[in-house]
Amino acid sequence: MEVNAEARRILAVSISKLYASRTQRGGLRLHRSLLLSLVMRSARDIYHSSRESEGPTPEEPMETSSGAEDEQQQAGLPEPQPALVSSEKLPEEPDSAEEECETTEDKENLSPTRQSRKRRGKASAAPDFLPSKRARLEPGEERYAAPLSSCRAGAGDSLTALSLNRGDWIPLRAEELTYIGQSQDKGITGAMVRAVRST
Amino acid sequence: MAGTGDGSSDVQWCFSQVKGAIDDEVAEADVISTVEFNHSGELLATGDKGGRVVIFQQEPESKNQPQCRGEYNVYSTFQSHEPEFDYLKSLEIEEKINKIRWLPQKNAAQFLLSTNDKTIKLWKISERDKRPEGYNLKEEDGRYRDFNTVTTLRVPVFMPMDLMVEASPRRVFANAHTYHINSISVNSDCETYLSADDLRINLWNLEINDRSFNIVDIKPANMEELTEVITAAEFHPNQCNTFVYSSSKGTIRLCDMRAAALCDQHTKLFEEPEDPNNRSFFSEIISSISDVKFSHSGRYMMTRDYLSVKVWDLNMETRPVETYQVHDYLRSKLCSLYENDCIFDKFECCWNGNDSVVMTGSYNNFFRMFDRGYRQDVTLEASRENSKPRSVLKPRKVSTGGKRKKDEISVDCLDFNKKILHTAWHPLDNIIAVATTNNLYIFQEKLN
Repeated sequence: MEVNAEARRILAVSISKLYASRTQRGGLRLHRSLLLSLVMRSARDIYHSSRESEGPTPEEPMETSSGAEDEQQQAGLPEPQPALVSSEKLPEEPDSAEEECETTEDKENLSPTRQSRKRRGKASAAPDFLPSKRARLEPGEERYAAPLSSCRAGAGDSLTALSLNRGDWIPLRAEELTYIGQSQDKGITGAMVRAVRST
Repeated sequence: MAGTGDGSSDVQWCFSQVKGAIDDEVAEADVISTVEFNHSGELLATGDKGGRVVIFQQEPESKNQPQCRGEYNVYSTFQSHEPEFDYLKSLEIEEKINKIRWLPQKNAAQFLLSTNDKTIKLWKISERDKRPEGYNLKEEDGRYRDFNTVTTLRVPVFMPMDLMVEASPRRVFANAHTYHINSISVNSDCETYLSADDLRINLWNLEINDRSFNIVDIKPANMEELTEVITAAEFHPNQCNTFVYSSSKGTIRLCDMRAAALCDQHTKLFEEPEDPNNRSFFSEIISSISDVKFSHSGRYMMTRDYLSVKVWDLNMETRPVETYQVHDYLRSKLCSLYENDCIFDKFECCWNGNDSVVMTGSYNNFFRMFDRGYRQDVTLEASRENSKPRSVLKPRKVSTGGKRKKDEISVDCLDFNKKILHTAWHPLDNIIAVATTNNLYIFQEKLN
């Protein structure tokens, strides 16, 4: 599925760009973040619609948003996306990646304390005057920006080949979450960020 | 005067000058970020990433060489903006000069507005070529004289001195923008100007720096609903109540400040329906408008998106009256351009003095001119290889098909690190300033 592979590759590249833009001088650029989120949304929709057409596969729920947020996202869609399958089903992490990690460790069920650090975009549209906090690092962790090349794995293995390690989770700031798109995206986005970080 | 030069097929362009370092290693601070002629064309200002402004002045035409218009030489250099740090948000504020706009000249001094991401400054550039000499109480070096030695009185007189050009900041317009400023535009009333960031546009009085009026605010109540940002804004050249702003969605809104204090409701909305055949992952990015410029007449406006330049008649909102493809051969390369970030490049565009030709930049140090009347276009290159004085620029061509003709360059050989984002056209003559990464090229029309 070329389109599928292309969509995943673009998703990975986009996440990496979004992550890299955090360390850019001058701060997060709203325009750029918005454009990245639009591309990611297109790629995500194509990816999911092509997966839908492949046939249903068992999916595990990610940290997800509610149905209400789902509708909000539908209402907020600015343009019709190509081949958009009805999005009442919540978009999940790529199944292949989940299946892989199932066999090793239960990496997906993160501890509540970890999960609670992730900011839900809906609740935390931060007022401008509040400072944006960066993630507090665990001992031994280091902060770095994933190089673009790390996402340039060959088509098809950009996600499946990456192992998902606990401690690679990077909570995104409120502004980044909103620009990634409506809250429905955060499920897949969080997974993408983990995938990037682990390389 | 060749001010009526209409860009017909007869116009040939010659190299005139190049400013900037020759090294292949480009210092980040030297990257040119804006270029602007003043209203007479005598002065040419550039801003760079290091926060500096360099102003060039055209030498008066010499009688010895009537074929050649005067050269531009450095007139003044000053540090306009310094890097700052927003402690509240833990963000560094870049000193890069995003835009320079000249004020119309009212007296001997020149004024310009320069802006970085957060702060706009009004600079006064004045000449000093005389100084007072012959004080009674002071020596020439400033030391006070012993009063007992003063036996006569004299009137100090102005004596000529070497020309000194001083730049002094007259106003600092700060703390009015939460997001990054992308545009400033001086109103035709010469009293006010606007500044635009991603979500808001503010109206300032040039004399008052501690207050501004917000005239456009597109920030949604919930940032999750954000779908577009403001990318450029400009006042109408003649109507002081009218301005336009462009968006990342490819729309342009014209607003009339007489209608309401807050111009969220547009007066006109210019939008061209998207071609469904061209839909791709990157359709939204390439439709984002990077620059909008009114024609000098005020009848038309021009917009630049990633692949094209469009000319709009202000009387028709449904579609542009002219569309020019700048580098359509890139349409099949959008994925690569996305990966190497080139797809986010913000190209500017400009009109010539009588609105008959439009110009914009491209990659490989190419720039393009489109003659609206003769329906012709030309691709030229700014490079050191073509930098012999008064050498005529040869038109360049990018080959898109399989067979590459001699002297053509294939798309895959284009250097995407060499981009021309900023160009400016002299308001009266056929003189153009083209900025490559860190060099400023000046080309003139070939005069016989």
